[in-house]
Amino acid sequence: MRSIVPVLTVVAGIIAIWYGAAIVMNQQWTRDQAERAGVELQLSDIVVDTLSQERPKLPVPHQVAAELWKTTVEKKITSKRSLIYHGWITLSATLLGFAIGTGAGILLAVGIVHNRAMDMSVMPWAIASQTIPILAIAPMIIVVLNSVGVQGLIPKAIISAYLSFFPVVVGMVKGLRSPDAMQLDLLKTYGANKGQSFWKLRLPSSMPYLFTSLKVGIAASLVGAIVGELPTGAIRGLGARMLSGSYYGQTIQIWSALIAAAVLAALLVGIVGLIQRITLKRMGMTR
Amino acid sequence: MTDPVIKAERLDLTFETNDGPVQALSDVNLTINKGDFVSFIGPSGCGKTTFLRAIAALEKPTGGSITVNGVSPDEARQARAYGYVFQAAGLYPWRTISGNIKLPLEIMGFSKAEQEERVGRVLELVDLAGFGKKFPWQLSGGMQQRASIARALAFDADILLMDEPFGALDEIVRDHLNEQLLELWARTEKTIGFVTHSIPEAVYLSTKIVVMSPRPGRITDVIESTLPKERPLDIRDTPEFLEIAHRVREGLRAGHAYD
Repeated sequence: MRSIVPVLTVVAGIIAIWYGAAIVMNQQWTRDQAERAGVELQLSDIVVDTLSQERPKLPVPHQVAAELWKTTVEKKITSKRSLIYHGWITLSATLLGFAIGTGAGILLAVGIVHNRAMDMSVMPWAIASQTIPILAIAPMIIVVLNSVGVQGLIPKAIISAYLSFFPVVVGMVKGLRSPDAMQLDLLKTYGANKGQSFWKLRLPSSMPYLFTSLKVGIAASLVGAIVGELPTGAIRGLGARMLSGSYYGQTIQIWSALIAAAVLAALLVGIVGLIQRITLKRMGMTR
Repeated sequence: MTDPVIKAERLDLTFETNDGPVQALSDVNLTINKGDFVSFIGPSGCGKTTFLRAIAALEKPTGGSITVNGVSPDEARQARAYGYVFQAAGLYPWRTISGNIKLPLEIMGFSKAEQEERVGRVLELVDLAGFGKKFPWQLSGGMQQRASIARALAFDADILLMDEPFGALDEIVRDHLNEQLLELWARTEKTIGFVTHSIPEAVYLSTKIVVMSPRPGRITDVIESTLPKERPLDIRDTPEFLEIAHRVREGLRAGHAYD
């Protein structure tokens, strides 16, 4: 509870800056309008107008909050205007991508740890894959998959997996290598084979590393799913919502989709964190 | 005269390092008989741990020969000839004490019922009965080390190799564990190889003390203890004990004068 005061202070500070910036950024439009209409403006008029424009350069928090309320609580979730509906579209691609990325990441890590050739060859490629801007490669993935008849959820999930497998590979390689020489020697004296060392020692030892990677990975998955919605002209999903908002200058819509994505990311990371806490506690690995 | 359990003849072991070869063991000849309690003592780098690891097939000698129960160390390992205890207990934090003791049994394919039976028996042996359901972090350092000894005993190896098992514990706990170890040795009649830095510990425990010296690692003296098998802690104040300790110290000093 002691941390709540500093947190609220920071939030209040951010909101204050946000309102201030909105007044400064939106006043030009207000002044132009007033000039055209030939009206003299008081400072108070400017402030009131900048905080209630329909298409402001920077929407203020209460406008975004109102839009969020309208598009989540007041709309049916089957509606094309419901953020929950769009959020679910993005979430399903995120979760599928996260599952694929995590699975691929773990398999690659197991290969890297157990096979010298893979150790030498896979890691540089994995690193190289992350240096390519995802925005450049996403349209190609979609076009290529579309040409073989794969559409909809799968291409987005693959882009999402492309971003999330990397932290899992890096974390799992480190985790699977974390048992010290003594632990490995001990298993050797029992005559344990590679499979037994893996299941009984390496895999359990890697859990703290895995969860740290999963937290990064799930956030990356969400980014991947949203990016996957941008270049396709998708009409569903949070990414599509941001894109259509930018086409029509609906800044409030962009911001509310953005906030929705942030809340979703926070929820996902929070859930992974909770599972991490419970699992590591049960494994006696919390310090 | 019983058959030797461990027999090393002109054993050499050289590590290849980035700074060139390092001779860890040179011309080591040693015979350990069944039921012996053999301590290896010497300064750091004298090869005592390396020799123990060579017995356990964790290091490969580069010259000479070594046999365990008449076969190579590798074959002896496959025949589950020895249990190894390291300086750190090395218990898995995600397993209970029972679970940790079961680890070698699971790997070696013992049945569930037999695992339970053995766990109960070795917990009794190391005086930890009733602690099976506890997790390692709930136990003191000394208890953890006892659990790791129980783990090494669980699969009935005849040879127990211990690499400074009590090195990280304080002296009071150490005395207590030394006493218990002697008791355990008397009850199980195992052959024990024990690496230590401590002269009193070596003299108190052993039937045979191997004094080693570094660069290159070699044996400078092998002392057969004349102490009786029954050894209360205060045997350490008897003239006989002090005389053996003195001889060990002389051996260590002679090794140092060498370089």
